[in-house]
Amino acid sequence: MGECFAEKNGPVLHLRCSFQLVTKTPLGITTIKPIFIKDSDVGLRMLVLAVLSLLLIFTDYKFREMDVLRSGLTTLISPIQYVVDIPPRMMEWLNRTTSDYQVLLEENEGLRGQSLVLQRKLQKMTALTAENIRLRELLKSTEQIDEEVTLAQVIGVDPDPFSHELVVNKGSNEGVRVGQPLVDASGIMGQVISNSRFSSRVLLLTDSRHAIPVQVNRNGVRAIAVGTGLTGELQLLHLPGTADIIEGDLLISSGLGGRFPYGYPVATVGQVRHDPGQPFANVKVHPNAQLTRSRQVLLLTSREKALENESLGELSQQMPPDAVINDSAEGL
Amino acid sequence: MGPSRANWVIYVSLLAALMLSALPLPESMQWWRPEWVPLVLLYWIVALPTRVGLGTAWVLGILLDVLEGSLLGLNALALTVVAYVMLLVYQRVRMFSWLQQWLFVFALVALYQLIVHWVKGTFGVTSLSLMFLMPALVSAVLWPALFMLLRGVRRGFNVL
Repeated sequence: MGECFAEKNGPVLHLRCSFQLVTKTPLGITTIKPIFIKDSDVGLRMLVLAVLSLLLIFTDYKFREMDVLRSGLTTLISPIQYVVDIPPRMMEWLNRTTSDYQVLLEENEGLRGQSLVLQRKLQKMTALTAENIRLRELLKSTEQIDEEVTLAQVIGVDPDPFSHELVVNKGSNEGVRVGQPLVDASGIMGQVISNSRFSSRVLLLTDSRHAIPVQVNRNGVRAIAVGTGLTGELQLLHLPGTADIIEGDLLISSGLGGRFPYGYPVATVGQVRHDPGQPFANVKVHPNAQLTRSRQVLLLTSREKALENESLGELSQQMPPDAVINDSAEGL
Repeated sequence: MGPSRANWVIYVSLLAALMLSALPLPESMQWWRPEWVPLVLLYWIVALPTRVGLGTAWVLGILLDVLEGSLLGLNALALTVVAYVMLLVYQRVRMFSWLQQWLFVFALVALYQLIVHWVKGTFGVTSLSLMFLMPALVSAVLWPALFMLLRGVRRGFNVL
């Protein structure tokens, strides 16, 4: 069934046709279902939407103001993230409820032992900390400030294999801020890059966009560990061929740059290659943290920074991030 | 039950696609994840081109961008282009044999991946590997099953 009608639009005469299928429902209501869609419209709309997308991409890339929109949208979509996390949580729950009594007893015993070992270390630690503070006072250097931690759970992983990101279940409601470091039981994992009310997105050490200032625990040689995009591998940049670094060395965060606190384990040196043809040593290191397995993680807040943030307030948002970093690095 | 508009069936299926695309997978399976969102979107365009079109594709793309944390507009652009191509030829696709549909869906999802990677490459994150075409292959293989499933759902709920 089709109909055509002419339409006069200025000097041009348009002939418009539409074809429609008329269906009758049992109730006798006639619904009209168009079979064809007008092609000219589709092309125009596609062009408009494509240009709009490109504009959005550009603005998002160039300006930080878009973060507000993004965090709003992320809050809107966070139920999806929580729902997606249900199957793994169910599995965990199932494991817990159906696990053997004997197995639980054994695990409990093992944990008790581990706790004892850790407590012994902690006993020594208090004495060492006191000594450290005394020595620092003698040297008139600023006191190391301990960090506060927020316990969080990983609720999502970036589906894109090219980017290494996680989503954790704490957001701006719990005081999580962009730039906050994330650690697990064995080392630094990464840092928060964006947040919404109920969740935050974390960039992992191994992402090719991530770099972290480190130093060798044995002798203090400084370097920058850059992500390679491969899981379980970082690379040290611009390390001279003569630098004293050997396989098995522990790298800790150096605290330079002010984003990551000093002294957390970051990675273990895996392979050191000195190529005479290259200006720098080729050093591959493996992150200590269980980047692909940890579910319970800790978000660090240094007390110093928490205070700073309160006093800076809106100022820190307007300043470029580098300026903020340099500012706080002076205190170290 | 007469033919209903039952928009919610469409929305629920698209939401399910979004969830599936965010589901955590083990490291070794990462490359084998089908592109659920373009697949489900393509089905609805073939089935109901008058109701699911460019606008749906764009909004869906924005949601996917937020979910993945990628540049805002990246997936929106890619999905809009793919939806546009499908809108141009959906009548022919309905007549395609399974083999032709496989090839066509492979080409469309590959186009989607290509746009995403071009834009990502332009704005910093690059990769030289051609592995990113792997999900297109998996998606194409999965297409007939998904097509049947969604058609069953559509007929079951009498969505016209």
